[in-house]
Amino acid sequence: MVEPTVRLRDAAVTFGARTLWGGLDLDVAPGEFLAVLGPNGGGKTTLLKVLLGLQPLSRGRGEVCGQRPHRGSAAVGYVPQQNAFDRDVALRGRDLVRLGLDGHRWGLRRPAHGAREAVDRAIAEVGATDYADAPLGMLSGGEQQRLRIAQALLGDPEVLLCDEPLLSLDLHRQQSISALIDERRRRANTSVLFVTHEINPILPMVDRVLYLVGRRWAIGTPDEVLTTERLSALYGTDIDVLRVRGRIVVIGTPDAPHGEADGGHHHHPSGDDHTHEPSEVTR
Amino acid sequence: MIGFLLGLPAVQHAFVAASLVAVISGLLGPFVITRRAAFAVHGVSELSFTGAAAGLLFFDNRLLGAIVGSLVVAVAIAILGAREHERDAAIGVTLAFGLGVGVFLLSRLRNFGTQATSLLFGQIFGVSTADIAVLAVIAVLVLAVTVVIYRPLLFASVDPELAEARGVPVRLLGLVFLVLLALTVTEAAQIVGTTLVLCLVITPAAAAHQLSARPGAVAGLSVLIALLAADGGIFASLSVDVTPSVPITTISFALYVLARLIGPRLRSRRRVAAMAAAASA
Repeated sequence: MVEPTVRLRDAAVTFGARTLWGGLDLDVAPGEFLAVLGPNGGGKTTLLKVLLGLQPLSRGRGEVCGQRPHRGSAAVGYVPQQNAFDRDVALRGRDLVRLGLDGHRWGLRRPAHGAREAVDRAIAEVGATDYADAPLGMLSGGEQQRLRIAQALLGDPEVLLCDEPLLSLDLHRQQSISALIDERRRRANTSVLFVTHEINPILPMVDRVLYLVGRRWAIGTPDEVLTTERLSALYGTDIDVLRVRGRIVVIGTPDAPHGEADGGHHHHPSGDDHTHEPSEVTR
Repeated sequence: MIGFLLGLPAVQHAFVAASLVAVISGLLGPFVITRRAAFAVHGVSELSFTGAAAGLLFFDNRLLGAIVGSLVVAVAIAILGAREHERDAAIGVTLAFGLGVGVFLLSRLRNFGTQATSLLFGQIFGVSTADIAVLAVIAVLVLAVTVVIYRPLLFASVDPELAEARGVPVRLLGLVFLVLLALTVTEAAQIVGTTLVLCLVITPAAAAHQLSARPGAVAGLSVLIALLAADGGIFASLSVDVTPSVPITTISFALYVLARLIGPRLRSRRRVAAMAAAASA
């Protein structure tokens, strides 16, 4: 039995009287691709914040690579939810990646042995060499996202946390970014926790799905979890799950669970998101 | 004539003070732009007017008053405007009340009009030796702290979420930055006056942003442009009989316009060159 990279036992996060999720047991194996699904406000981003050490658990225990989750862990790579950079931000693609290596260090930059090579390698790994020296603000959303992934992979993390990394990318770029992450976790045995509201672009690579709805949750393979019965039980209302030409379409989900306000991370797809089919998972 | 003027201690003081201020203003300016803190600069500078008026009234020392006042304001802005969307409103509220207090304090002074003019528009040739020493100590302090926190501050400014996850104390750095900014703005206000501080803190950095996307180059260009404007402005004011604030704002604005004109070509050519270099490698 391989040690899991991420382990949660009876974990809960509550804000005041409101339980975001509770009683959560989770083991993620090295190299496993876990999709984290669920409605807005269901606590998907909060789960990542717990593993990053930014949000304490209200109950239960959590471990990342055998340690309590803590900020600045070298074992964890993080691709935050995409905010496009300003057009005139004083940063090249290469500088963004470099900040992932030593951006947290105080004082003048000492000539670090092999730092430049490590940055070059990370950039080459995501295929961003051609535009790594261009101003970051002039790059497309997909190019910026590749550089964010290079930055996250720089320290060779054992766990990669991605928050909606496909948001506002077109279908072609969604596929290439997912393929990049998939290839990496197979080669380096990296665990991937992939928060998304849209499972279809990553369906072929997902090992298991964690579905968070209010206080309830379900975990298993996509075939086990994404069924009419399981989702109806999770939401406590009638949900239909259809499979159309290899795609999964979920019909009847209320957007926010129990009509509660979102905890500050709405996942509204922006105008150029391709998900104009509002019936896909949880939209 | 100019040679004679350049020999005067008051003029030499002015050059030293202006250069000190230009270096720290130019260095912090890019952070002001990245963090969208231009209004905070304006708020702190206007309120250093209140501090200076209080300093004059109670201690007969406007520099001391301005420094203490700006620190109070920086902390107030950090506390009231902890959330980004509240920050501008918090600054506006503090600014409006603080200016009112400043006008009241100033009205208690005998030579109201002269004092107000010199506070608002600067009185660079009136900088005393003691003031120069204070300005220099503060400038060195600001410079040293900025160098120490430079990278984490850059990280926290461009990518706060990730910086926090990597262990950077993002909120603490926000407060430290405001304090550094308050001190810098107060110093700049001594040279160009509280109303014209933006021409040393914002304009050079904005011009530098047009010219490069390398963080180090932007910082260097910003300092250089601030120095050109500050020292060039003083020099110009010696030949044309006008208060230095006028040529300082004019030079910094002219350099900004120039940067806007040539910047887009520079930045896009850089991209093309980078692509060509990568293709041939």
